[in-house]
Amino acid sequence: MNALSIRNLRKTYNNGFEALKGINLDVEQGDFFALLGPNGAGKSTAIGIISSLVNSTSGSVSIFGHDLQLDRDKAKSCLGVVPQEINFNQFDTVKTIVFNQAGYYGIPRKRALERTEVVLKQMDLWDKRDTVSRRLSGGMKRRVMIARAMVHEPKLLILDEPTAGVDIEIRRSMWKMMQALNDSGTTIILTTHYLEEAESLCRNIAIIDQGHIVEHSDMSSLLARLHVDHFVLDLAESLQNIPSIPGYKIELVSDKVLNVIVPKEIGLNALFNELSQLNIRVLSLKNKSNRLEQLFMDLIGSSSEGAV
Amino acid sequence: MNVLIPLRTIIVKEIVRFVRIWPQTLLPPAITTALYFLIFGELIGSRIGMVDGASYMNYIVPGVVIMSVISHSYANVVSSFYSTKFQRNIEELLVAPVPNWVILFGYVTGGVIRGLLVGSVVALISLLFTDIQVNNIAIALSIAFLTSIVFALAGFINAILAESFDDISIIPNFVLTPLSYLGGVFFSVDMLTNIWQTLSKGNPILYMVNTFRYGLIGVSDVNIELAYLITSGFIVILASSSLFMLHKGVGIKN
Repeated sequence: MNALSIRNLRKTYNNGFEALKGINLDVEQGDFFALLGPNGAGKSTAIGIISSLVNSTSGSVSIFGHDLQLDRDKAKSCLGVVPQEINFNQFDTVKTIVFNQAGYYGIPRKRALERTEVVLKQMDLWDKRDTVSRRLSGGMKRRVMIARAMVHEPKLLILDEPTAGVDIEIRRSMWKMMQALNDSGTTIILTTHYLEEAESLCRNIAIIDQGHIVEHSDMSSLLARLHVDHFVLDLAESLQNIPSIPGYKIELVSDKVLNVIVPKEIGLNALFNELSQLNIRVLSLKNKSNRLEQLFMDLIGSSSEGAV
Repeated sequence: MNVLIPLRTIIVKEIVRFVRIWPQTLLPPAITTALYFLIFGELIGSRIGMVDGASYMNYIVPGVVIMSVISHSYANVVSSFYSTKFQRNIEELLVAPVPNWVILFGYVTGGVIRGLLVGSVVALISLLFTDIQVNNIAIALSIAFLTSIVFALAGFINAILAESFDDISIIPNFVLTPLSYLGGVFFSVDMLTNIWQTLSKGNPILYMVNTFRYGLIGVSDVNIELAYLITSGFIVILASSSLFMLHKGVGIKN
C-alpha cells in the first residue's frame, strides 16, 4: 500500500499564481522519501495541502488509502507534520505542547500522558518537560515539534526542512533520529535544501519545479545518471603549472590543491598513473560536492529552459 | 474518534490561559467596576435618586455586570484565537482530525466561562455597595449565558477576519463600547427623546442589558420575549457564519 498517493493535484492562489499544475506522486509505505525543489517550486504548497493547511483547487490526496476529503479523520490520523517554522505556543511548557496535541487526536488522558513521556524521552527532552518552550534552544524547539508530530504514532511523518538553520552537531543528531524513526517503520517524507542530507538519508526522490514533478525515481538510479565525478586532490608538493592529462579536466585551486573532473568511463586509475609519471604525489582525495547537487542543478536548469 | 477529548483539551487550554494571566484578565474589571459603583452609584447616584422605582445604584449594577460579561467574552476569544492564528499554532488543530464545530465550541466555551466569571466577580463587588433582592434568577442567569455566547461568537469572527492586532481592537473600541454605553447600562431609554429612543431600539445590547436588569431587580425597558428571540437569533446567525468561515478556511487557510 502507498503511504501517500497524489493525483492531478492543482492549486491556484487567489492572486492567480498557479503553484501546482496537476502533480502525481506516490510514496511507498516504509520509504524515506525526499521531496526537493527550489524556493517557490510548489513543494510547500503540496505539503500544505497534504497537511490540510492549504485548500487544493482540484485533485486528490490519499494517505494510507484514506482520501483526505472523503475519509478525513482516518487520513489525518495517519499523518504527522513537522513544519519548517516554529509554530507552537511559546508560552506553554514542552509537556503541555505535546500532551495537548495528543488531545487533539482524541487520545485519552492516561494514554496521552504515557505517549508524551515516550516521545519526549525519544527526543531527549524529558528533562526539559516543565520548561517554557521559548526558553529552549533552536535545536530543542525542532525536537519538540518532532515529538509533537509523533505523539499519536503516525504512520507517515512529513518533515519540512527540519534541519534548516541548525548547527552541524544538531543536524547529525537529527539525521540519526530520523533514521531511527524510519527503521521503526514510520514512512518519512523529507524536504530539505541540504542535498547531502537527502542523498545520505533517502531511498526515493521527487523533484518539483514550477509546479511540476520534473523527476520521480529511486536515489541510486538517479545518481547513476551522472557521467562525471568531481574530486579534490591534496598534493604533497606545490605545483607551478596545471598538469595536462588527456580525458580529465584539471584546475589548480591553490598551489597544493587540484580540482579534477573525472569522466566515469575513464575512472581514477589512469589519473593516478599519469600523476605518478609526472612525480606528483597525492596525499588524499575527496569528492568535491555531493553528487545530487549536480543532478538537481541539471534538472532544474533543463526545466527552466523548457519553460522559457 | 471521541470528539469530547479534543473539545475538553481546547476548553482546558483556554481556561488555563486566562487564569495564568489573571492580572490582565480578572483583576482589571474588578477594579474598574468598583470605581463605577463608587463614582456613579454612590457619589453621583445619590443625587440622581430613583430610576424606574429602583435606587440608581441598584439600577446600574445589572448594566455594569452584563457589560463586563459582554466585553470579556468577546475579548477572550478574539485575543486567544487571533494569537493562535498569529503564532500559527492554529496549525496544531488543522492538521489533527478536530471537527470545525469542536474548534468553535471550544473557543466559545472559553469565552463564555471567562465572561461569566468576570460577571460573577463584578456582581460580588457590587454587594460591597448595595444589597439586591434577585427578582428572577433563571432569567438573569439564562440571559447572561446567552449574551456571553453571542459576544464570544462575535469575537471569534473578528479573530478569523483580523489580519493584525489593530483589527482586534477596532470592534471593541469603536463598536462594542459605544453600543454598551448607549445600551441602557447607566440610564433608562425613557430618559431619551423620541428619536433616540427609536434608535436605541435597534441596539441589541439594550435588550440584553434590560432583560438581565429585569432578572435582577424586576425593571426593564424592553419586551423580555423579544429580547430572548433577538439574542437567540444572533447566536444562530453568528454560529452559522463562524462554521461557514471555518469550513472555507477564511483567514486561516490559503
